[in-house]
Amino acid sequence: MMMKYKPNKIRWSFVIFFIPVALWLFLLIVLPHLELLRISFTSSGTNGFTLTNYKAFFTEPIYWLTFVRTALYSMFVTAIVLVISLPVAFYITKVASIKTQGLLMVLILVPFWVSELIRVYGWMILLRESGVLNQFLVKIGVFKQPIELLYNDITMIMGLVYTSMLFMIVPIIGVLGSMDDALIEAAHDLGAKKIAIWKEIIIPYTMPGIMSGSIIVFMLVLGSYLTPKLMGGKNSLWFTEQIYNQIIIYFNWEQGSAFGFLLLLLSSLIIWIALKVTKQEFRKVIK
Amino acid sequence: MIRTLPNSKTYLAGYKFFIFIFFLFLFAPLVITMILAFNDSMFPSLPWKGFTLDWFFGDGPDKVGLFHDKINLRGIATSFKTAVAVSFFSTIIGTMAAFLFEQEDFKFKGALYFLMIAPLVIPGVILGISILLFSNALGIFLEDTLGIYFKFLTPSFWLVVIGQFSFITTIVTMIISARLRKFDRTLEEAAFNLGANKFEVVWFITLKFLRPSLVGGAAIAFLMSFENFNTTLFLIGSQSTLPINLYQQVRDGSTPVINAISFILILTTSIIAVANLYRGKKEI
Repeated sequence: MMMKYKPNKIRWSFVIFFIPVALWLFLLIVLPHLELLRISFTSSGTNGFTLTNYKAFFTEPIYWLTFVRTALYSMFVTAIVLVISLPVAFYITKVASIKTQGLLMVLILVPFWVSELIRVYGWMILLRESGVLNQFLVKIGVFKQPIELLYNDITMIMGLVYTSMLFMIVPIIGVLGSMDDALIEAAHDLGAKKIAIWKEIIIPYTMPGIMSGSIIVFMLVLGSYLTPKLMGGKNSLWFTEQIYNQIIIYFNWEQGSAFGFLLLLLSSLIIWIALKVTKQEFRKVIK
Repeated sequence: MIRTLPNSKTYLAGYKFFIFIFFLFLFAPLVITMILAFNDSMFPSLPWKGFTLDWFFGDGPDKVGLFHDKINLRGIATSFKTAVAVSFFSTIIGTMAAFLFEQEDFKFKGALYFLMIAPLVIPGVILGISILLFSNALGIFLEDTLGIYFKFLTPSFWLVVIGQFSFITTIVTMIISARLRKFDRTLEEAAFNLGANKFEVVWFITLKFLRPSLVGGAAIAFLMSFENFNTTLFLIGSQSTLPINLYQQVRDGSTPVINAISFILILTTSIIAVANLYRGKKEI
C-alpha cells in the first residue's frame, strides 16, 4: 500500500510525522523512565552507584510485604472482575433482545466516564457508619446499631472491583459482538451442554478480549491510589501509598524511585507471564 | 443459551435477575450521590431533611453552595484549562502518530510502536514520578549550563499538561489509527492523479475522513484529563485541579457541596458520553 511512485514526497511526510512522535516518546516516556532507574541506584548519603534503596526494600518487611500483598490482591481483584464481567458481556451481546441491547450498552458506558473519585465517594456515602446503607439496615431491624462498613479489606476489594469492572466488560463485548451466533447454535444442535459450550467455544473465542481486559484491570488496580486510600483500613496499605509517602512526605526520591521501578518490573513481569501462559501476543491483545 | 435458541424460563429469569443486581451495583453509588446533592442537611448522608438548592446556589454563611465556593470553582477552571490544552496537543500529535504508524514504513517501526503503546501498561503513579524526576533533572541541567530557569519544568500547570499528554496521546493515537485503517487509499491516489499535492490530499481527503475520530479522540482526551488523579498528583504546583481538590475534601470530610459538584460532573460526562456514542453510531 506504500506510495512508492513518489519517493521524494514520502520522505518529507515521514520526517514531519516522525519528529514530533519521536520527541514525545523519547522525552516523555523513555528518558523519564531511565532517569527513574538511575535515581533508584543513587542515595543522598553516598556518591555514585549504590544498592541501598533496594536493600531497604528487601530488609524492611513492611515494604516487601505491602508489595506482595498489593500484587496478590491485584490478581485476586482481576479474577473477580473477570467472573462478573463475562456473564454481563455475554448477556448484553447474545441474550438481551436487540432493542434492549443498545440501551444496556449506553448504561454500561456512562459510568465508565465518571471519575474514579466520585464513584469511590458514592460508596463512602453508602457504606460509612452514618451512611445510607447503615441507616436503612438499622431502620428495618437487621442491625441494632450502625456498624462501620468502610475501612476494611473486603470493602476495599469491592471498591477496586467496582472502579475497574468496566475496563473488562468493554473489550469482552467488543470480541463477543463479532462472534457468529451460529457457532453456539451449531454446538447446541450437536448436543453440547452449556458448560461445554462455554469451555470449548466461548472462552477460547473471547480470549483476546479477556486478556486485554485483564491486563488493563490488573494495571489499574495495581497502580490504584484513591480506592485503597479512601476505602481501605489502616492495615490495607497499598504499594502506591508507600511510593507516595517516600516521594511527597519523606521527600526521599531515591527510595521512591526504587519502589516505582520495582512496581514497573512486577507489572511487566506478570503481564508477560500471563501472555505466555495463554499464548497471546501483546500487540494483538492491545489493538 | 442465546436469544436465537430456546431457553428455559428459569434460565432467563435467573440471568435477568443477575443483570438487574449488576446494574443496581453499578448505579447505586452514583444515584445516591446525586440525590443527596439536594438534601437540606450539613452532612452528605440521610435522613432526608427536605429539598434544597443551597448546595448549588447558597451564599453562606453556613451553607456555601458550589457557585460561591471559590476553591472548587478555581479547581474546575484549572481542570478545564488543563483538559483543553491536553486534548488540543494530544489530538495533533496523536494524528501524526496515527499517520506515522498506519501509512509510513521505516526501520524499527515495531520497536517505536511498542514504545507508543507502553504508557497503557505503565501505572499512572510511576509515569507521574518519572516525569517529575526527569523534568527536575532537566531543569537543573539547563539552569547550570544555560543559566535559564524554566518554570514549566518545576511542578506547575504546564508540567501537569505534559504529564497527562504523555499517556493520553497513546489513547488518542489508537482511536485515530482505528479509523485510518479503514481509509480507502485509492481516494488519495485519485486526488493525486487529479493534480493535488500531498498537503492538499491530507487536508481535503484524509483529515475529512478522519474527522469523527478526531472529535471522538479529543473528547475522550478531555474527559481523561479532566478526571486524572494518579499522574497529576505528583506534578501539581500551586494550582490544584478539581480531582486533587475533591480528594482532599473527601478524605477530610465535607458538606454536600461535593455532591453538587458530582451531580454536575456525572450529568455532563453522561451527556458527552451519550453524544459521542450516538454520533459514532450515526457516522459509521
